[in-house]
Amino acid sequence: MTEDKEWRIALAGNPNTGKSTLFNALTGLRQHTGNWPGKTVVHAEGSFTYNDKTYKIIDLPGTYSLLSNSADEEVARDFIIFEKPDVTIVVLDATALERNLNLALQVLEMTDQVIVCINLIDEARKKGIEINKSLLSKKLGVPVLTISARNGEGIDELLKTIDLMVNGKIKTNPLKLQYGPDIEEKIAKLIPLVTKLFGTEYPARWVALRLLDGDHSLLDALKRDYHSSVRRMTANGYSCSC
Amino acid sequence: MDTHAAVNREKSFQELVKYAESLSNTQTRDRIVSHIFQTTKKICNDVVSYNQKEKPNPTEKLDRIFTSKIWGFPIMLAMLAVVIYITIAGANIPSSMLANFFGWLEGYLTLAFKAINAPDWLYGILVLGLYRGTAWVVSVMLPPMAIFFPIFSLLENYGYLPRVAFNMDRLFKKAGAHGKQSLTMAMGFGCNAAAIMSTRIIESPRERMIAILTNNFVPCNGRWPTLILLSSLFMAASFTDELSTMVTAAVVVGMVLFGIVVTLSVSWILSKTALKGIPTHYTLELPPYRNPKIWNTIVRATLDKSFYVLKRAVTVAAPAGVLTWILANTYIGDTSILLTIVHFLDPFAKSLGLDGFILMAFILGLPANEIVLPILLMGYLSTGALTEIEDMSTLKQIFIDHGWTWLTALNTMLFSLLHYPCGTTLINIYKETKSKKWTFAAFAIPTVLAITITFVINQIVRLLGLI
Amino acid sequence: MMDSTKLVPLSNCSPGQKFKIVQLELIGTMRYRLLDLGFVPGAVISVQQKSPLGDPTAFRVNNTMIALREEESSKIFGEVIEND
Ligand SMILES: Nc1nc2c(ncn2[C@@H]2O[C@H](COP(=O)(O)OP(=O)(O)O)[C@@H](O)[C@H]2O)c(=O)[nH]1
Ligand SMILES: [Mg+2]
Repeated sequence: MTEDKEWRIALAGNPNTGKSTLFNALTGLRQHTGNWPGKTVVHAEGSFTYNDKTYKIIDLPGTYSLLSNSADEEVARDFIIFEKPDVTIVVLDATALERNLNLALQVLEMTDQVIVCINLIDEARKKGIEINKSLLSKKLGVPVLTISARNGEGIDELLKTIDLMVNGKIKTNPLKLQYGPDIEEKIAKLIPLVTKLFGTEYPARWVALRLLDGDHSLLDALKRDYHSSVRRMTANGYSCSC
Repeated sequence: MDTHAAVNREKSFQELVKYAESLSNTQTRDRIVSHIFQTTKKICNDVVSYNQKEKPNPTEKLDRIFTSKIWGFPIMLAMLAVVIYITIAGANIPSSMLANFFGWLEGYLTLAFKAINAPDWLYGILVLGLYRGTAWVVSVMLPPMAIFFPIFSLLENYGYLPRVAFNMDRLFKKAGAHGKQSLTMAMGFGCNAAAIMSTRIIESPRERMIAILTNNFVPCNGRWPTLILLSSLFMAASFTDELSTMVTAAVVVGMVLFGIVVTLSVSWILSKTALKGIPTHYTLELPPYRNPKIWNTIVRATLDKSFYVLKRAVTVAAPAGVLTWILANTYIGDTSILLTIVHFLDPFAKSLGLDGFILMAFILGLPANEIVLPILLMGYLSTGALTEIEDMSTLKQIFIDHGWTWLTALNTMLFSLLHYPCGTTLINIYKETKSKKWTFAAFAIPTVLAITITFVINQIVRLLGLI
Repeated sequence: MMDSTKLVPLSNCSPGQKFKIVQLELIGTMRYRLLDLGFVPGAVISVQQKSPLGDPTAFRVNNTMIALREEESSKIFGEVIEND
């Protein structure tokens, strides 16, 4: 018997790192793939089952960052912050790890439930690039896997890791960047205020950082989400009193 | 009480924002971002090692050819020509095999209907309408599309498309459009409706609108076969077999190039008038070439496309076939509705170098471009003795019997290339722009252009006595 | 303060040259987009290839290839560090 709960997995990552290929490999669907950045524009959903659990997986648009406020980035950012997927898989391009990791670090500040998937490992091998994944995993504080989505390499291990993570069997300790004394001091001042206002609804440190860098699109989104959550609360209230 | 709490929270939220603003300054964000960079750099130094001595990157070598000053454009043109040539050469035989097969099957269907003494109207609707409409779409559309898209998909997965955008960028900039418009145009080859969604990669609303309004000028899936068929029947007919495939391909390539010229011109005009502005910033990543899994890609693209065409055949062509048959066989007085429409459209259509049947087919074909040709043929067939279409030469005879010349074929191709987008595309344009005005513009601009250009060509050709 | 008279814009470089970024004179989204892509102060990038029509130009940065139009590359300042 499969469990009733549907676990939600988000795929985040730079454009063209093989997110849709991985999505197809997991779901058996046929999202458009192609070797150019920007082909996934409409966010796609699919589902699969593994080890008696049902998963819904969301192929987010590829972004280089989650801080620059383009439309794509807002979609990806809002999904992680407001929809709170059970697991976020960050797909990285093994051949350009340095740029790709920027996004991974940003995601680690937003959620604990992260699996880092280094894709295109076959291409990296061809280029003689070697990645020490256990060291990377230690540094990032989350599971790191190397896969080749197109060749099906590493997919089993990924599924196992997802399963363990939703079962709470993996304790993550995501790297939280330290921004130097003066910024940290400001963050420390803001965090209690953020928590007071939002409780544990959003990652407080991350919200404090966005408040500091003046991310207006996020502030607007927070306001929108907050209003709708108030509405949700009132609606529930009424239904209770009936 | 709830509203009270909400107001309070709203207030404390504003205060929090104010407070945060007072803490930060313009450099905070830069510092945060650069801190992230330093960290990734440090991490990468520790975890990534490069084994081989940096050998010359094949991507760079290839780019020196694919985007070179001398070879960049000729190679693009050659790729286009080769893809179209292979499509035409390869589709010929399966197309006529399918046509033969459907013709053969129709014979038995006819016998079966006779055997059970089915009434004429039932036979008409089911066999002459529904069956023929579907059979036509399948035999004319399926083979070229099942060849074109796998090849296209190989190029796409190899990584050639961004190079096209890189090469063409300057032209789009000059036209006041976005450099990534060429990517959305490439998507248009598959389906304009899908390409409208893909314009989301263009962030600036102005340039995105230009890309939306002009996307229709690249022939889609439903129009390729029309272009191929007409150019092979009329433009290349007087050549020997091998040469004729080349000429057909050349004409179709010419159509695509003309579409690109129109796209650039219309983009330029729009950016000087209704959508004034200067091109915005953007960056374009050129990913490394990746060898696609050839068989996988081919099989998958072929199956996907075939399935798509078959689905369209059933959902659009079949009902269109029925509708056309009904129009052709319902009489008001002593002319059928179909002929009434045709006669009404005829004078205007003639001034464009077309005829009333052709224009009617385009109008009834609004839901999907695939059905224009089948409707046209059914229209023609409904007027004379009903011939079964056995092969391509009987097909040409039908056109010639209705007075077609190379000019009719040329203008039909141009009208197909330039006219209004199909219904699905228009719906998507409305969904994406949320504006009736712009959706109408997306309908009107191509339509006016299609009418003007075919009119001018018709007048010139007749004036010069070329026909 | 850097002596910005010695700095040259990236757009002045020709293919084959290596360039070290000192500062970006851009603001807003484009600035962050370039930073995201690795055009950060201190980064060394190499000029790869011009488009057949002369613009844009492709640059190798962080093991990736990014094309920029002259409008942007002329606002990235730094120094040429090596010739081929
Ligand atoms: N060699 C190789 N290519 C891959 C792999 N995964 C994806 N690709 C290719 O990389 C390109 C981009 O993949 P796609 O899934 O569309 O990327 P997305 O933009 O992240 O959704 C496609 O051409 C894929 O065929 C892989 O593991 N190895
Ligand atoms: Mg994708």
